[in-house]
Amino acid sequence: MTGPTVEQAITRSHHEEWARVVADLARRFGDLDVAEEATAEAFAAAAERWPREGVPPNPGGWLTTTASRKAIDWLRRESQRDAKHQAARIVYDDTPAEPTGPVEDDRLRLIFTCCHPALAMEARVALTLRLLGGLTVPEIARAFLVQETTMARRITRAKAKIKAAHIPYRVPSAGDIRERLTGVLGVVYLIFNEGYLAGEGDDPVRVDLTDQAIHLGRLLRTLLPDDGEVAGLLALMLLTDARRPARVSPTGELVTLDEQDRGTWDRTLIAEGNALVRERIEAVAAGGDPPGRYQLQAAINAVHTQAPSARDTNWSAIVALYGQLVLLDPSPIVRLNRAVAIAEVDGPGPGLAEIDPLAEALDGYHAFHAARADLLRRLGRGGESRAAYDRAIGLAGNPAERAYLNRRRDQLAG
Amino acid sequence: MSPVPRYLLSVHGPAERTESGTYPAQDAMLQAFADTDAFNERLQRDGHFVFAGGLEPATTATTVDGQGDKPAFTDGPYLDTRECLGGFWVIEAADLDVALALAAEGSKACRGTVEVRPFRTEKSVRVPLKP
Repeated sequence: MTGPTVEQAITRSHHEEWARVVADLARRFGDLDVAEEATAEAFAAAAERWPREGVPPNPGGWLTTTASRKAIDWLRRESQRDAKHQAARIVYDDTPAEPTGPVEDDRLRLIFTCCHPALAMEARVALTLRLLGGLTVPEIARAFLVQETTMARRITRAKAKIKAAHIPYRVPSAGDIRERLTGVLGVVYLIFNEGYLAGEGDDPVRVDLTDQAIHLGRLLRTLLPDDGEVAGLLALMLLTDARRPARVSPTGELVTLDEQDRGTWDRTLIAEGNALVRERIEAVAAGGDPPGRYQLQAAINAVHTQAPSARDTNWSAIVALYGQLVLLDPSPIVRLNRAVAIAEVDGPGPGLAEIDPLAEALDGYHAFHAARADLLRRLGRGGESRAAYDRAIGLAGNPAERAYLNRRRDQLAG
Repeated sequence: MSPVPRYLLSVHGPAERTESGTYPAQDAMLQAFADTDAFNERLQRDGHFVFAGGLEPATTATTVDGQGDKPAFTDGPYLDTRECLGGFWVIEAADLDVALALAAEGSKACRGTVEVRPFRTEKSVRVPLKP
């Protein structure tokens, strides 16, 4: 029997154990810096020792023990420099994690701390990717196209605020958890979108970020299995990511849903996403909470992935789902998406009538002009369509999207 | 046991004050004062209250620099801005979540935006001193 290679074992442990080790140390040592440093050192030790000594039978336990020792060493060194050298020992809490169910999982505390509303959004994203995702600072800096020193400073500052302002390391109370969880899901979805529709840079899709977001989505699902929106967000990300293989052509051009080769869609991800959507439909039908925005968006994507072609899509169902979504979130972007679906059911004229009132709000948004250009093209209004494509191309940051829009514009007759 | 964290809740508002202070009308001012008194009583009752006060207008301030041979006095606030500190609370709260919830109540009571800042502690002062 050939087991996984040592390298695979390390990668896998990093994927499965990083957040757990950081979260466990953060609780016991009461310090995110110590937890992060010690965990990173433990993984470095594994990379050095496992190839020589073999992979331990319980990699997670080995990593936690090693990281704890590193943390104690670190605190001891600090305390020797420190006149009040007992201080460090007093804060050290050696009690094991309370086995009171997943809601008490230390990783959940860590998520709520990293996504605390008192931190700026960009700080929440960076901290979440570092402390829960285990991405290195250079990796996060590259993903967001900022200097490494800038990203390092952002993370250091956020950790310093958590410590100085006493941002608590705990799961919010029952009264606050719904709102705080919405904030957490927002961070995860932002990471996903940043990867899936990269606004800048040369890569049309940044897989490191989409994979991280799905990893975090799965973790949340493990920790909060009964939450509808947690299931909805994971389903939404899976069903979106399933279409990734068809999304960019070999020449680097964005391929829109109607032109995608549906045979290349990832059927495993679709099955997993659809199962989650079905679970939620049953839960709502059985008297559960009405679906939130992620569940509705997941359901819309489930309708798309079930259709054999764009033409055979159940557009009426999509219009109805967007109608529900507009009630929860009447933002211009949701109304834009609903208008595009209306155009599929009632024709480009009614679609355009829905879109035009959004002009003021969405004038700086490339997708607004792209959608408008397409409807104008279908109505035979070539000149106006060309002008709208020009606006869309000027505003689009993603190179694959620009290539697609250029082609559509150049295909206009005359 | 580490001491309970302390926070400064400061209220900023327009530097220019009318007869009704920074409020739209006299009765709004009186209502805000009453609500703020009630909030202060709640802080005291629940053990959060350390100190609180409203300040006279910034035009009454004197800025002092005592670092030279002779102290220098300047008429007016340190920063001449359109918005300035109008009052503050010093509170004790178990953590930032508690402090933010109290700040939200205080903000509603006094009709102003509140900035929450943690006080330095002996522990946090030590950190930058490390070699």
